[in-house]
Amino acid sequence: MSEQGVRAQLQSQRGEFSLAVTLDLPARGITVLFGPSGCGKTTLLRCLAGLQAATGELHVHGERWQSSGHQLAVHQRPLAYVFQEASLFPHLSVHHNLMYGYRRTPEEQRRVQPAQAIQWLGLDHLLERKPQQLSGGERQRVAIARALLTSPRLLLMDEPLSALDQTSKREILPYLQKLHDELAIPVVYVTHSVDEMARLADYLVLMEHGRVVAQGTLTQVLARLDLNLSRDEDSGVIIPAWIREHDTRWQLSRAEFEGGSLWVRSPADTPVSSQIRLRVLARDVSIALAHHPDQSIQNLLPATIDELAGDPDSGMTMVRLQLAQTPLLARLTSRAVDRLGLLPGQSVWVQIKAVAIVE
Amino acid sequence: MNEHWQAIWLTLKLAGTTTALLLLIATPLAWWLARSRHWLSQPIAAIVAMPLVLPPTVLGFYLLLLLGPDGPIGALTKSLGLGYLPFTFGGLVLASVVYSLPFAVQPLQNAFNAVPERMLEVAATLRASPWDRFISVALPLARPGFLTAAVLAFAHTVGEFGVVLMIGGNIPGETRVLSVAIYDQVETLQYANAHWLSAGLVGFSFVVLLSLYLINGRANSSAVRP
Repeated sequence: MSEQGVRAQLQSQRGEFSLAVTLDLPARGITVLFGPSGCGKTTLLRCLAGLQAATGELHVHGERWQSSGHQLAVHQRPLAYVFQEASLFPHLSVHHNLMYGYRRTPEEQRRVQPAQAIQWLGLDHLLERKPQQLSGGERQRVAIARALLTSPRLLLMDEPLSALDQTSKREILPYLQKLHDELAIPVVYVTHSVDEMARLADYLVLMEHGRVVAQGTLTQVLARLDLNLSRDEDSGVIIPAWIREHDTRWQLSRAEFEGGSLWVRSPADTPVSSQIRLRVLARDVSIALAHHPDQSIQNLLPATIDELAGDPDSGMTMVRLQLAQTPLLARLTSRAVDRLGLLPGQSVWVQIKAVAIVE
Repeated sequence: MNEHWQAIWLTLKLAGTTTALLLLIATPLAWWLARSRHWLSQPIAAIVAMPLVLPPTVLGFYLLLLLGPDGPIGALTKSLGLGYLPFTFGGLVLASVVYSLPFAVQPLQNAFNAVPERMLEVAATLRASPWDRFISVALPLARPGFLTAAVLAFAHTVGEFGVVLMIGGNIPGETRVLSVAIYDQVETLQYANAHWLSAGLVGFSFVVLLSLYLINGRANSSAVRP
C-alpha cells in the first residue's frame, strides 16, 4: 500500500484485553473493521483517534501522528469520529452543533463547507432544532455532517448505524454510500453487520481477539478459504461491476465485471455504466464439467478451480474459482466434489443461481 | 433603623463577595474532584465536606488561632502589610469561604460528574483543546449545578452566625451582619426589631429556595439525554 494511506503498528493493554495490530490501509475508500463483539474493533478505532492510550506508531498520509516519545493529542489530529450514539451537544442547536468543529478548523484547512454538508445529509429543515427534537436517524446524520465539517484527513466511524432501527438504517445507508463516492479521504468503519460490510467496504480488516487475522480488498478477503468467514452459511463474494445494457423486455440488465458478465434483475434508477456491487453467495453457485446451455440457470461462466477446502463435520466443501481476476466461491457437498473429481487448476463451468445487487 | 440597613447591606456584601470567591475556587476544585482518580481526591473531598459536620464554633476557633498574631496565616498577613484578619470584614470573608465551601463544591461536583465523558471525547475529536472543552461543553452542561452552588453558598453565608461571632465579633459597619444584629436585639429585649429583621430573613430564605426549586425543576423537566 502507498505511503499516503494509514500505516499503524499499535499495541494497547487494558485489563485482560490486549490489542496488537499492524495495519496498512489505502488512502481512499472505506476500510471496514469487521469481527465479533469484543474482538477489539472499537478499541483499535479509539487508539487511532488517540482516545485510548496505545504504544507504537501511526502515520496518516505520511504525517506522523504517533511514534515512540511523540504523540499528537486527540484535538491535534485532523480526524473526525462518528460514535455509535450520535452524541450531539444537547445545549446547542443543530446549526451550532454543525459549526462546532468547523469553527475550530483552521481556515486554510477547510475543504468541506457548511452548505455542502447540509445538502449532502439533507439537514436544511432541521438547522434550528435542538438535538432532543430529532429522530435517531436525523441525529446520526447531523453527527456525520458535524464530523465532515472539520474537513478530516481520516474519518473514523464506530458502528454508526447499530443504535438505529431498520428504517433509520435504510435512511442513512444511501448517505454513507454517497460519501463513499464523493470523499477523497480514508474512512475506517467498524461494524459487525455483514450487510453494511458488503455495501460499504472497499478494504476489509478482519479482527479476532485483539489481532488482525486478515486484511485486503473486500473481494479478495471474502474469497479466502482459510478464514472463519468462508465457513459461514451466508458466505459468498462481493464483485464490483458496471451496468452495461438493459433488456427492457425481460427486465434484466447485463453487469460486467473483471472476468465476465452476469445477467441480473434490472435495478431501479441505475443508468448504463453506473457502478454496482454484486453479491454472489457460495450456496447459489454450482459447478459443471461441461457447458450445458439447455437449462433454467442463465448465468453460465467458464472458470478455473483455484482451491478446495473440505469440512468433514458438515460434509460440505468450499471451492474457490477464478474468473480471470475475480474470485468466486461455490459451496458443494463433498460427495459431489468427489464424483466430479474436482481438482485445483481444472477448467469448469460455474452456474450462478442468484445474484443480489447490494449497491 | 439606619444601623439595621447597615447590617443588611453588610450581610449582602459579605454573601456576594463570598459567593463570587467560592465559585472561583470551587469550580476548579469540583472539576478536579469529579474527574481525578488521584489518591488524594478522597481525602480532599472529606476535608472540603468537614464544615458540614463541625460546629461553627470549632471552625471559628481554629480560624481565629490561624489568623491571629500567633498563627501562620496571621504572620503572613502581617508581613504582607494587611494586619491581622480577625475582627475585620476580610477575616469574615475568609471564614465564610471556608465555612460555605462544601455548599459550592458539592453541587458543582455532582454537575460535573453528570457531564458524559462521551461529550468531552466528541469535543476533542472536533478539535477542541482541553480548556476549550471545559468552557464550551462542561460548563454549559453543568449550568444547573452553578445555579445551585451560587444560591446555596449565598444563602448559607447570609444564615451563618457562629463563625461570624468567633471571627468577626460585633463591630457595626464592619462585622455586624444580620444574624448577629438579630441576636443583639433579642439580648436587649428589642423584640419588635428582632421580629422585623427575622421575618425579613425568613421571607428571603423562602424566596431564594423556592426560586432554586423552580429553576431546577424546569431544568430537569427539559433534561436531555446525550
